[in-house]
Amino acid sequence: MSIRRDQALRALMPFVDKDDIVVAVYQTNFDWMALNPRALNYVGVGAMGQASSHGLGLALANPDRRVFVFDGDGSLLMNLGSLVTVANANVANFYHFLFANRVYEVNGSHPLPGADKVDFTGFAAAAGYLGAQEFDSLNTFSNALPSFLGAQGPQFTTLNVVAGEAYPRDYDYIHSTAARNSFRQALNQR
Amino acid sequence: MSATGPSLTDSPTVTHPSGAEIIHQIKKAGVREIVALPDIVTSDGLLWPIAKDTDFRLTRICKEDEGVSICGAMSYNGTRAVLMMQQTGLMDSLNAIRAIGVDYELPIVMVVGLQGKEPHLHSKQSRSYGVRIVEPVLDAMEISHSQIEEPHDVENIAKNIDTAYQNSRPHIFLVGRAPEAP
Repeated sequence: MSIRRDQALRALMPFVDKDDIVVAVYQTNFDWMALNPRALNYVGVGAMGQASSHGLGLALANPDRRVFVFDGDGSLLMNLGSLVTVANANVANFYHFLFANRVYEVNGSHPLPGADKVDFTGFAAAAGYLGAQEFDSLNTFSNALPSFLGAQGPQFTTLNVVAGEAYPRDYDYIHSTAARNSFRQALNQR
Repeated sequence: MSATGPSLTDSPTVTHPSGAEIIHQIKKAGVREIVALPDIVTSDGLLWPIAKDTDFRLTRICKEDEGVSICGAMSYNGTRAVLMMQQTGLMDSLNAIRAIGVDYELPIVMVVGLQGKEPHLHSKQSRSYGVRIVEPVLDAMEISHSQIEEPHDVENIAKNIDTAYQNSRPHIFLVGRAPEAP
């Protein structure tokens, strides 16, 4: 059983406060931007695989804010060491969600290496995240959200997803100066 | 992260920059965040002293491009950071630097040890291909860089860091001689 990605994002929306930072990638990013447009969405990570590292920098520099990272499985495979770096940094405000569809969706839906075998939740637990959980069902995920979001980070959550409603891929915006300036202004408003 | 290099027993004696002065300059620029992978050129003179200095928070990373992202993200609220690595890691991180530092115009400040460089030679004259190409590659990428070789080279470190943050652009310090341990 798998969760539709847009439904998982809708389930997360009530739990993301206005002061929280969200770092998202690829189709999850585009879907999140459409479903929940907000100035503290950090939409450009520059290079594939770097979401968790951007999230770590934000979490270290902004300890009074929670940082949500909506990562991709192909992306995380490019930066697996970041799991160890994050765990070692003791970032209590870091919540890492992996949207695992087991393919490179925006690059032709080719399968990930080891797509049917890789245990991302196991990776995170072994790296030292304080909590690591995995969900295949929307109801189970929705019911568990308050519990692990109430726990100290870093927390890692694998969501086994399939594509839901797909929103437009606006690459020009996510890499734009306007997007970075909007985030910077919102971050420094208070 | 390898520590092998050419024999330097017949090389001219040279002076080395002071690690303590480099650290002073980094602090003078308002930097308290260090993000690093170990590099043998800067290990004794910089990274070990920084690791023991409670004025700094040291984030140890597993791969160099992580650090580009961490420092770039930190800069959004004005937090200043210095990223330390060896030139092999610099070469491995070029796409992240291209995207996050240059395309995104973020102030990534890096201290890069030139492992294998002969202390008495300019990096462009090095017998090591991996050293010789560093400056031409940075020039091709239009990335600001400066050398830390002679003791007086440390004098402009704080100013270069300030400029990087004021202009929101990367700057790379190339350390061609091992700094003396404080």
